[in-house]
Amino acid sequence: MTSLPIYATTGQKIWHYTFRVIVGLILFFLIAPIIIIIPLSFNAESFFTFTPEMLALDPAGYSLRHYRDFFTNPDWIRPLQNSLIIAPFATVLSVSLGTLAAIGLSQSHVPYRRAIMAILISPMIVPLIISATGMFFFYSQMGLWMENTLGFSRSFTGYVKVILAHAALGIPFVIITVTATLVGFDHSLTRAAANMGATPTQTFFKVQMPLILPGVVSGGLFAFITSFDEVVVVLFVGAAAQKTLPWQMFTGLREQISPTILAAATVLVAISIVLLATVEMLRRRSERLRGLSPN
Amino acid sequence: MAEQMMAADGRTLKSSLNRALRRQKLRALLLITPLLLFILITFVVPIGQMLFRSVENQIVGDTIPRTVEALADWDAATDPVPDEDVFRAFAADMMVAVEERIHTRLGSRLNYETAGISSQFRRSGRDVEDMGEELTAQFTALDPAWQDPATWVALMADPDWIADSATAQTEPAFIISDAARDALPRTADIYADFARVTQVINTDSPTEEQPWNVVYIALYQDLIANPAPQIAGAPDGLLGAAGAAVAGFVAPDMRAAFVDSDAGWGSTATWQTIQTYSPAYTSSYFLNSVDLKQTPDGIEIAPENQQIYVKLFIRTLIMSLTIMVSCILLGYPVAWMLANLPSRQANLMLILVLLPFWTSLLVRTSAWKVLLQQQGVINDLLVWVGLVGDESRLTMINNATGTIIAMTHILLPFMILPLYSVMKTIPPSYLRAAKSLGATNWTAFWRVYFPQSVPGIGAGSILVFILSIGYYITPEIVGGTSGIFISNRIAYHISSSLNWGLAAALGTILLAVVLALYWAYDRIVGIDNVKLGG
Repeated sequence: MTSLPIYATTGQKIWHYTFRVIVGLILFFLIAPIIIIIPLSFNAESFFTFTPEMLALDPAGYSLRHYRDFFTNPDWIRPLQNSLIIAPFATVLSVSLGTLAAIGLSQSHVPYRRAIMAILISPMIVPLIISATGMFFFYSQMGLWMENTLGFSRSFTGYVKVILAHAALGIPFVIITVTATLVGFDHSLTRAAANMGATPTQTFFKVQMPLILPGVVSGGLFAFITSFDEVVVVLFVGAAAQKTLPWQMFTGLREQISPTILAAATVLVAISIVLLATVEMLRRRSERLRGLSPN
Repeated sequence: MAEQMMAADGRTLKSSLNRALRRQKLRALLLITPLLLFILITFVVPIGQMLFRSVENQIVGDTIPRTVEALADWDAATDPVPDEDVFRAFAADMMVAVEERIHTRLGSRLNYETAGISSQFRRSGRDVEDMGEELTAQFTALDPAWQDPATWVALMADPDWIADSATAQTEPAFIISDAARDALPRTADIYADFARVTQVINTDSPTEEQPWNVVYIALYQDLIANPAPQIAGAPDGLLGAAGAAVAGFVAPDMRAAFVDSDAGWGSTATWQTIQTYSPAYTSSYFLNSVDLKQTPDGIEIAPENQQIYVKLFIRTLIMSLTIMVSCILLGYPVAWMLANLPSRQANLMLILVLLPFWTSLLVRTSAWKVLLQQQGVINDLLVWVGLVGDESRLTMINNATGTIIAMTHILLPFMILPLYSVMKTIPPSYLRAAKSLGATNWTAFWRVYFPQSVPGIGAGSILVFILSIGYYITPEIVGGTSGIFISNRIAYHISSSLNWGLAAALGTILLAVVLALYWAYDRIVGIDNVKLGG
């Protein structure tokens, strides 16, 4: 496929290049919408299209006004803060519980392994709208109980509800990535450690954890992005005080569309590039550590 | 017989090994349990509760229990409007419900089945307090003691309660005496509700409040049935005199009072609705979600202008299939190219696939909203090139086209990644072998390569289909009215129309479809083999 053999016929040559053009167009379809919002977010006007000044590359056509709005307007700052409060807590919760369970699941004799796995993966499979509907009923009762019986403040309860809901949604990703890392884990290493007198805790932290860490971290990143990007469940479970960044973008898109959304979107694209790079790096490191890849 | 093998501690080897195995299983379960409990509580229970809500209908029986009981043997065929007994029971139930402020909730519930009932409940809720005051006036005229709360407490209260409330700092919860229950069953029943509402909701004391008019109606009914009730400790002669006089009273006409308050109470349909929906569990939400309707005469098809859900389910399926097919068509060439490029170039190309996968869903949706608008980039470009006139710009958003384009873009990586992981395992030598045996390019691809890539297509298709069938955000933003899915309707019933039972029923149907597909996916691919990001 890389290069055409010298005996290729004209028809084959034409097909070879047409095919490349087709694939190129599909990739363009995948990437272009994401790329195009970046220059648009520097628009000096409140338009969603390129102004003549922008097309003429006139510096006057570009400005940072939408970014200024994004970083100063409380309508955007507050949701950004909320997202940065909710996502890390949800991540910590799903990573700690998820890693333990993944280690349990990777043992050789686990009764009902298939059924347990199905339950743990279910938050990823059940459509978000159904999760949100179910959680809406359950968490509003739970919130009332926490406020009335336990005496917590309304805002604290609100955060707890959203964090628990998001942690549940992030868990399948942690389970999947960590179990995948554990598949290649050599159990004779833990036996060797035990043989040399290490306690189970020592073995876990000194031998097992460093080896599966890349999987844990990338599972954590998945859980983080799940919470950071989630809007359906938070719409149903959260109150206005827990409005997150995606929620604000969603209402913005539905009601009054302001170009600040494009600035927010660009910031999020930058974040996803960083996350993607991290996950990719971790994956390679993990493969190298486990000797799955020659380099 | 051979001697059994022994372990170092003196047990047989077999039991020693079994013990080790049990311990290992236990340790694995201990590690899994916290998460399993967490998921069960935060996720599985809420979903189960939602499923339950789709059949639950306690609200009718809980709010108007007396009416439900009185209506049980009403037959609309012989008697178009229920008799006075039903209306008296209904007046009592409404009085309690109004005081507890739950009558409007029942009104909204029944309004899902018969439009207009909600306003009937609201209107009569305001009037019910004054209904039957003529009867109360007749009792008071007979003996002013009937207007005194103390008379009622003396008649109704349990002697222990009277003793307790005399000494206690705060009044204990009211207890009806058994004697009152035996002698005046209806009165005791409604008075108990009156005392509870007075204490709990109005934080008042029954010793200081005159009972509702409906209590007098119950007393009237009890006295008509038994003119000489005996209650030990009742004020002398009071009950006897009343029992002798009630026969001469002008009977309360609650039916007239209700019809006067709202003519709807005189219609057969209203009462049929209440009767049909009085059981504690109902299939009506499920029937409604497939455009059927439960009527007193059995299950019928909903009127034409209300048939929306079957259409919406079909549209959701067709659009999900369209998106799935577009994803196959667009994903296959890319996956093929990825699988056949040298690994360095393939990795670079993979990043182009993974970047959209990692980008926020809302970013991608907003990008399409911006691109597809009539004044958006694509239309500008088409006008500039001259393909489209400035006045005939294409409508690509707020319709099905917008949803399909945006969702194909969003779900494409979910097709490419499983396809790629399957194609990577197909040895390129097979194609070469086919060609050297004389196959044309097409035959070699279609007969040799394609069949081997089918598992990848299957995996990707089910994944894309499962994801798209439950999508909410993207159709909501770019779908307008003709491009929305069943999930948007569910969200509408949760947050706007507040018909939660219907939302739960629609959700249950959707969940059943998704779980069936999930089961198929597990069969074909295995859930353990889900790969994220290559």
